[in-house]
Amino acid sequence: MDAITDNPPALDETAERRGAIDLGAEFVSSGLAEVLEQLDRELVGLVPVKQRLREIGALLLVDRARAHFGLQAVSPTLHMSFTGNPGTGKTTVALRMAEILHRLGYVRKGHLVTVTRDDLVGQYIGHTAPKTKEILKKAMGGVLFIDEAYYLYRPENERDYGQEAIEILLQVMENQRDDLVVILAGYADRMERFFTANPGFRSRVAHHIDFPDYTGDELEAIGGRILETMNYKLSPEAQEAFHGYVGLRMRQPHFANGRSIRNALDRARLRQANRLFASARPVTADDLVTLEAADILASRVFSGGIDSYPPLST
Amino acid sequence: MRLTQGAFSFLPDLTDEQIARQVQYCIDKGWSVNIEFTDDPHPRNTYWELWGQPMFDVPDAAGVMFELNECRKTYKGRHYIRLSAFDSTHTWESLRLSFITDRPDEEPGFALERQEVDGRAIRYTTRAYAANRPEGARY
Repeated sequence: MDAITDNPPALDETAERRGAIDLGAEFVSSGLAEVLEQLDRELVGLVPVKQRLREIGALLLVDRARAHFGLQAVSPTLHMSFTGNPGTGKTTVALRMAEILHRLGYVRKGHLVTVTRDDLVGQYIGHTAPKTKEILKKAMGGVLFIDEAYYLYRPENERDYGQEAIEILLQVMENQRDDLVVILAGYADRMERFFTANPGFRSRVAHHIDFPDYTGDELEAIGGRILETMNYKLSPEAQEAFHGYVGLRMRQPHFANGRSIRNALDRARLRQANRLFASARPVTADDLVTLEAADILASRVFSGGIDSYPPLST
Repeated sequence: MRLTQGAFSFLPDLTDEQIARQVQYCIDKGWSVNIEFTDDPHPRNTYWELWGQPMFDVPDAAGVMFELNECRKTYKGRHYIRLSAFDSTHTWESLRLSFITDRPDEEPGFALERQEVDGRAIRYTTRAYAANRPEGARY
């Protein structure tokens, strides 16, 4: 039969226990420094979010040092809520969060399970509990990310099964804090209403992190990175046009920060492809990677409309 | 009489922590863990009742322990509960590890019955004392 039969490692910590711990070295050796640096490098803006992640990281590190000296360390509540407008990077940060917690040894596996109301709430009586438990089981040892969490609670329908899912979630969040970290995400105002209606949630979620909107410069930087990963570049004129585009688009309704930028660039690529196709001359590699001003200026945003698909009637 | 089936059955009962470590080992090997229970301890009773579904997609032992505790809430003290790890890789496709985690409070053991046939020949059979009573009322 296959089984583990190894003996626990011999304890030889007494010598270390007396010495001091270099938190800085610990910071590097735990890999936390690297993750946070990567976060700084790869995510534009989001200063308060990064600050908060740093604080949480520091707390976990200090807790670990305390445990090393045999001081009692109550395992901290790490459930979080991410609030912010669409496209501000909540999901991306959640993914990083799972990695950070994994590096620090607070979750054993460090995988992220992303769910919405559909995955938790059943369709008939008795369907919700097994469904929610199934998801919780899958997420144990990692991070459960509940996107648009406020949909779980539907006050207008008193027979809604969402309440049942909430109760099970709360129970597991409380009893199995060591096994699972829950991150709730959603738009600020609706999350506020959700927490007001479910006080149990508010008290069990220790960290409320607000994701600010991006500024124009940050959005342009994001656009630059998106293009870089897709192997495109903007010609100098296009750069200028893009600057104008971002300025205009930000002031329009239905603006979804990073996501709007991604969509705009996708449409610019579409126009570029069309332009190259229509030009009926051989293309060079340079043609293929360069977005011209015309590709961006063709957007409806410049004629006062909203650049979206399907077109909104305004 | 203590039932000795599967791995570790000659050892003292495993603690939850030990069970969790075994489960994690199985998961890391890519085996899926099942929880099974029965109140018929006969050694030829190979297929026990399955609790819930096989846990193919649970990456951490905590999920399995959660289900095990649910199963205990219902059957602890009345049924045997065991964990089995199924290896689905080609050419294995069978159990790699199986061990009992919970037993009824009292295990009456087995009777050996001798049947005389064909002159002096004897046929042997074992029968669990528990099986004298109807299913569900054995322990």
